[in-house]
Amino acid sequence: MTDSTTLGLVGGLLQAVVIVAGAPLLVGLMRQVRARMEGRVGAGITQPWRDLRKQFRKEPITPRGTSEVFRAAPVAMVAITLVVAAIAPFVTAASPLPGVADLFVVVALLATGTVAIALAGIDTGTAFGGMGASRETTILALVEPTALVAIFALSVRAGSTNLSAIVDSTLAEPSAVLSPAALLAAAALVLVIVAETGRLPVDNPATHLELTMVHEAMVLEYAGPDLALIELGSAMRSAVYLGLLANLFVPWGIATEAGVLALLVGVVAFVVKVGVLGAALAAAEVFLAKVRLFRVPELLAGSFLLALLAVTASYVLA
Amino acid sequence: MSDTAYVQLLNLTAGAVLLCAVLVLWRRELAVIIRLFAAQGVALAALIAVLAWHEGSPELAVLAAGVAVLRAGVLPAVLRRALGTAREGTEPVREVRPVVNVAASLLAAALLTLLAFAVSRPIVELAPSPATQAVPIGMAVVLIGFFVLVTRRRAVSHLVGFLLMDNGITAVGFLTTAGIGLIVEVGVALDVLLALLVLQVLTGRMREAFGNTDLDELRELHD
Repeated sequence: MTDSTTLGLVGGLLQAVVIVAGAPLLVGLMRQVRARMEGRVGAGITQPWRDLRKQFRKEPITPRGTSEVFRAAPVAMVAITLVVAAIAPFVTAASPLPGVADLFVVVALLATGTVAIALAGIDTGTAFGGMGASRETTILALVEPTALVAIFALSVRAGSTNLSAIVDSTLAEPSAVLSPAALLAAAALVLVIVAETGRLPVDNPATHLELTMVHEAMVLEYAGPDLALIELGSAMRSAVYLGLLANLFVPWGIATEAGVLALLVGVVAFVVKVGVLGAALAAAEVFLAKVRLFRVPELLAGSFLLALLAVTASYVLA
Repeated sequence: MSDTAYVQLLNLTAGAVLLCAVLVLWRRELAVIIRLFAAQGVALAALIAVLAWHEGSPELAVLAAGVAVLRAGVLPAVLRRALGTAREGTEPVREVRPVVNVAASLLAAALLTLLAFAVSRPIVELAPSPATQAVPIGMAVVLIGFFVLVTRRRAVSHLVGFLLMDNGITAVGFLTTAGIGLIVEVGVALDVLLALLVLQVLTGRMREAFGNTDLDELRELHD
């Protein structure tokens, strides 16, 4: 076994464990930052894990009239996100499945997770489920091209759409981080992440107000262990998106060679980067109000434009 | 200054100029649009300052300072005055319903940028250098400014559109020729200032006559 495959396997396993264990803590951290800035005490950053433990112990129960789609969706979403967590460059630049750690594969996998939940929302047959699913699909259709184009702008420089290759090329040429292409792509990707993880100003994660909710409307019928899986899956998606943002633009600290110390540094760097990004996002949310649903396409058209400008700039100004 | 730092700063400032133009299309509040225009003035002045540094030309440095004063200071102040009198009336201070909606105009801006890159390719090929490679960005700002001029309804947005075009033209001028002489530049700058003052007075008169500055109201000719 070569050095790179060992690093890929060990690192892949390690980053999957870090993301599963750390994602609820990330959610807890974001809630805590928000609570403190709003003058509340907050529940502490381990609260999401306590909630999950309580939910997992409950009896599984599904509404009458739902099919296998409803029961399979949470598992599918968590499984798909877990695959992304294992293969994309988070703790280590090597990947256990180098061919799969590709821009198009990763974005498509993340979208498939969203689609699974949207299908489950429709499957319940309730008004809210369908409404939430239709809203989520609208947002997904606008976000997907932006995500692809934004990361593609970075891959122009690397000459490959493989995420590990992009990270390696940024490590080799640190000054490229300040190029207009990278900055525009980063701005576009931040908007994508806000929309995809259902944060303000696109969706309010803390509300169950029926007229405005998007993600919560789809998962309204879930209870017990299924709900716990959904919440774990959403938390993992946030961590994965923030991790991608961090490592595509600020990859320093990522493990490039096999070794206990390098992997340890990789884990610490990843946790710090995602934690800082999450805290910054939560702090920014305090100052934002949710935009009207009909204004969301405007926001996403703007982010698409930024991504497109990033690609143009990376060809013309390079 | 090292060559890579020069190229990078040049690209960064040029990118900021384009970004401000795009954000003008994105935002609706007239006060924010004016602030973005001022930010673009700063970016443009920085672009010229980078060129001045690279060429080691004190004349360009003076021009950069002049551009900063005029485009980030004086012109936004004049615009703000035009807006300030508007606040007193009942007129809304935002672009309520542009002719083309915001999402579509952002996509149009993307197309205009690509168009600018396509049409300015021959210019870039004449003398490929980091400065001429940024020319398409100036072209794109001109086109976006023209788009703002065509699709917005408020008089202040029209003024900003006109000034965006002028910023774009200035950027192209400096990027292609590295300065066309102090006298010419000062002449052009005063011309723009005069045009803006005349338009500001016109805006005030329009408001006195019609109560608002929605240019769609101006459809018929009178004696």
